[in-house]
Amino acid sequence: MTNTPPLISFQKLGMEFPQQRVLEGINLDIARGQTVVIVGESGCGKTVLLKLMIALLRPTTGSVTFDGKSLAELSDHDLTQQRLRFGFLFQGAALFDSLTVFDNVAFGLREQRRLNEAQVRDIVRQRLQEVGLPAAAELKKPAELSGGMKKRVGLARALALNPEVMLYDEPTTGLDPIMTDVINELILQVRQRNPVTSIVVTHEMKTVHKVAERVVMLYPLARLMPGANQILYDGPPSALNQSSDPRVHQFIEGQARERLQDLATVEPR
Amino acid sequence: MATAGPSKPGPISSLGDVAIYAVSVLGDFAIFTLQTFGWMFRRRPAPGTLMPSFYLVGVRSVPVVAITGMFIGMVMAVQMFNQFNKMGMATRLGSIINITIVRELGPVLAATMLAGRIGSAMAAELATMRVTEQVDALSCLGAHPLHYLVVPRLLACGLLIPLLTVMADFMGIMGGAFICTRLFGVEAHYYWAHTEYFVTMWDVSMGMIKAFFFGVSIALISCHRGLNSRPGAEGVGRSATEAFVASFVVILILDFFLAILLITLYDRFILQGMARSFF
Repeated sequence: MTNTPPLISFQKLGMEFPQQRVLEGINLDIARGQTVVIVGESGCGKTVLLKLMIALLRPTTGSVTFDGKSLAELSDHDLTQQRLRFGFLFQGAALFDSLTVFDNVAFGLREQRRLNEAQVRDIVRQRLQEVGLPAAAELKKPAELSGGMKKRVGLARALALNPEVMLYDEPTTGLDPIMTDVINELILQVRQRNPVTSIVVTHEMKTVHKVAERVVMLYPLARLMPGANQILYDGPPSALNQSSDPRVHQFIEGQARERLQDLATVEPR
Repeated sequence: MATAGPSKPGPISSLGDVAIYAVSVLGDFAIFTLQTFGWMFRRRPAPGTLMPSFYLVGVRSVPVVAITGMFIGMVMAVQMFNQFNKMGMATRLGSIINITIVRELGPVLAATMLAGRIGSAMAAELATMRVTEQVDALSCLGAHPLHYLVVPRLLACGLLIPLLTVMADFMGIMGGAFICTRLFGVEAHYYWAHTEYFVTMWDVSMGMIKAFFFGVSIALISCHRGLNSRPGAEGVGRSATEAFVASFVVILILDFFLAILLITLYDRFILQGMARSFF
């Protein structure tokens, strides 16, 4: 066993919104170069956990450490510098409506003000080619793109700054099975091309089996017994089926079971 | 059997909640304002962000401000002519209409129109960006939302709303003069002579100073509401409404206090200075 310190570390992490507690007592270490897939039911705090990694949200309790530095202690400038080491593919791609595909991908590069326009153009075209978008798409606005194209532009934009860590927030949600596979392949290609650490939030078991080296399963806090661990499973995807926890099997098999009782409270007329 | 449900908060408790909410929003707005001014001087605006904001606030607002200004002047002329004419003071209409326009109605009504047109649009745009995670995407790509989104809008409103106010003043003066001299037959020479005698550069400057503060308030309030939008279409709509209502109330409150401040400044420094140089 190596003693390499983790790249990202959560210690006793808790997150609470005005009406709702989402995360509590999360302890999790993510090693450099690992591909971790975070799964769990809707509302269990997967996306919140992803946003805490890049300090888009501040934890209510506990701390997040990236490369040995606590994110809470960084100044605005240092935090911006740390964020540039991440690439984030948002659930809805979060492309800037007013900019073309080209300008969206070029945004981070131009904001750094280190490259001239010719260098920016070369990088943008290379990234768009890598995600399989034709040159004709460059001048389109996000509103003119399909869901799959938006995701690929979002991925090209996230990759433009050569990130060390890629965060994917439900990258295949809402896509057809073929496009889902294309996005999964792109995640694998990104990992093969660059030595990136990848964290993927999803509830698609197909994505889990295709890209994961490690699976972390979260459980909604509202359904958890007080004091119980919110992480139901943390291990390789191959061992998911051997888990002794019935809640893990319920999720991977996609069975409603006792949840149907919630639906049966209204008597039919 | 009686069950113990969640107890309903009493009036004191509700009042306390409202007070805490109001104080926290004010505190948050104060921090937001300071940070925005910090970003304005820390780094020059990002390329390509200024011109769209200036175009939206300046060029696109010209027709609505021109129409507003012209009709203010025309309505004032229609409403005042009979009273002034009965007293044989119709030629004095030039002074009263024009001083009212440049000091009060031009800046306040132009700012109100712009709060509705620009403020709501800015709040809705930023709220949509917040809801669709575009604001988060900005942060991830190394851009600070205050620097990239708020500073250009603040500069556009602060610099262009005073200029739009001058245009509203001009159109109001022309509208009033047209009704008085062409429709009601007031002698144009005396109408303009009284205007020249009573309306000074200080009056025009007073309107522009007010318009500057109105512009800054509209930009800050609208951007703050937009960036703090609640999720969903309801949240976006609510942000746009809140931006207009808060801007309108702040414009009226600011107008009152700025009027007192500027009149005091005029009496203390300009009038006394003129008196000293005269004697």
